[in-house]
Amino acid sequence: MAVTVKPQTAPLDVARIRADFPVLSQTVRGKPVVYLDNAATSQKPRQVIDAMRRVFEEHNANIHRGVYEFSERTTAAFEEARAKVARLLNAPSEREVIFVRNATEGVNLVAYSWGRENIKPGDRIVTTVLEHHSDFVPWQQLAKDVGAQVVVVDIDDEGRLRRDQLSAELRKGAKLLAITHTSNGLGTVNPVKEIAAEAHAVGATVVVDAAQAVPHTPVDVQALGADFLVFSGHKMLAPPGSGAVWGRTALLEEMRPFLYGGDMISRVTVSMTEWNELPWKFEAGTSSYVDAIGLGAAVDYLTDVSLERIHEHELSLVGYLLPRLGEIPGVTIYGPKTLESRVGVVSFNIEGIHPHDVATIFDREAVCVRAGHHCNQPLMTRLGVPATTRASFYLYNTIEECDALVRVVHAAKKVFGV
Amino acid sequence: MYRDYILDHYKNPRNFGELEGATHTYHDSNPLCGDEMTMQLKIGDGHVDDVHFTGKGCAISQASASILTEEVKGKTLDEVKAIDRDHVLANLGIPISPARVKCALLGLKALKGAAWGLTAWPGEEVKAK
Repeated sequence: MAVTVKPQTAPLDVARIRADFPVLSQTVRGKPVVYLDNAATSQKPRQVIDAMRRVFEEHNANIHRGVYEFSERTTAAFEEARAKVARLLNAPSEREVIFVRNATEGVNLVAYSWGRENIKPGDRIVTTVLEHHSDFVPWQQLAKDVGAQVVVVDIDDEGRLRRDQLSAELRKGAKLLAITHTSNGLGTVNPVKEIAAEAHAVGATVVVDAAQAVPHTPVDVQALGADFLVFSGHKMLAPPGSGAVWGRTALLEEMRPFLYGGDMISRVTVSMTEWNELPWKFEAGTSSYVDAIGLGAAVDYLTDVSLERIHEHELSLVGYLLPRLGEIPGVTIYGPKTLESRVGVVSFNIEGIHPHDVATIFDREAVCVRAGHHCNQPLMTRLGVPATTRASFYLYNTIEECDALVRVVHAAKKVFGV
Repeated sequence: MYRDYILDHYKNPRNFGELEGATHTYHDSNPLCGDEMTMQLKIGDGHVDDVHFTGKGCAISQASASILTEEVKGKTLDEVKAIDRDHVLANLGIPISPARVKCALLGLKALKGAAWGLTAWPGEEVKAK
């Protein structure tokens, strides 16, 4: 399992980056925290915390309503955050960026507003066994409600999508392809651009779950050729409660709103309602505008550091960890064994120790990892395990933290005598 | 937390395996961790003549169930029904963090289900869709 990384860009100044994250200097039971659960959520830099604090301390007021200075400043900051997200994704228009609470809400928006109008009895929804529950359960339930069919494409033994099977299923016809850009359970990156083109050739609409992609790599919605793409802010240095759906204008214009209420209307009488324009038609009620502004600050931070460099940094950590972890007797690593088309997620098990026991022992050494099914139960079933232990990296992780992980694996084996 | 006796019960579970002639059986699971647990009782004359469990999962869930089976043998059915969570957690003798309480109590839940002759846990009868 020899893996090497040839950096294309200058390495990150990780010490300097870490200084921006107050939580990373915390200790747990006297030990410095080793945070390796970034696929679950990321830590927040001072710049994001400050951007949010400034709203509360300097000009907080509801957006799109007040005809006074505070409201105008908050509205401007909120809409500027939207523009930042649009630029990050290379969206053709800011009107195509809808703020939601998280990727889950984003998929539900598409499933309810687009899906219920467009998925008919007998239609085929093609998806994959790599999907997070957030990009699986909404489609499964929609299919049950309307009498459509869900087709789940398998992976190979290294956790890569079975492209042959996917192509064959698409050729049989599909109304929708729901596909994750990057697997949260295994770190596999799917060739979405290629797959989206195949899906479009058979007339399918393409929904991309980019929750594990937007935080870690450059994502260009136009280059990918997606129709809808969703992500969460909290996995990319922004607060929970922030996230977005990007969709093509033509599709969004035809769709009914997802939620009804304030702010999503242009005119209401006792007998009818006219919808607001895009994107506000989909943003009913007071938005989590401070969270969205925090997301804008996170986009600035990630852009300043450079997502290309972040991706290379994470791959260098995976390249360091994989052989060291893989050589430990009794350790099984799930997912890609090379650095090609993958991100900084390493899922593994230690023979004879349940992942929850592994994580509890790691916790004694202040090493934070996720143990469980990762909202990937169909994938766990496919792998034939109830759960895995997962370490996931971000821009602030270090080689020393990989060493700490290897040390606690040995410690866990010692405790259990395996 | 992983004291020797906990690891011993995990690796060498007591009263483990299918119970022939069981009068009461209840299966439960914790989908969050994939833990599975079946408790079987053989009740004669209101007493637990025998008890077995089968399951797979983490050390805490399996050790807790194993310790529990040792305790209930010979007890009356009413005494089994009266065992509460605090008793089980105290009996385990190790600190259990909030995230692991469900593991520690899975054996008790299955035991109660068996003792009360349940087919589904109250409040959990909701069918999947």
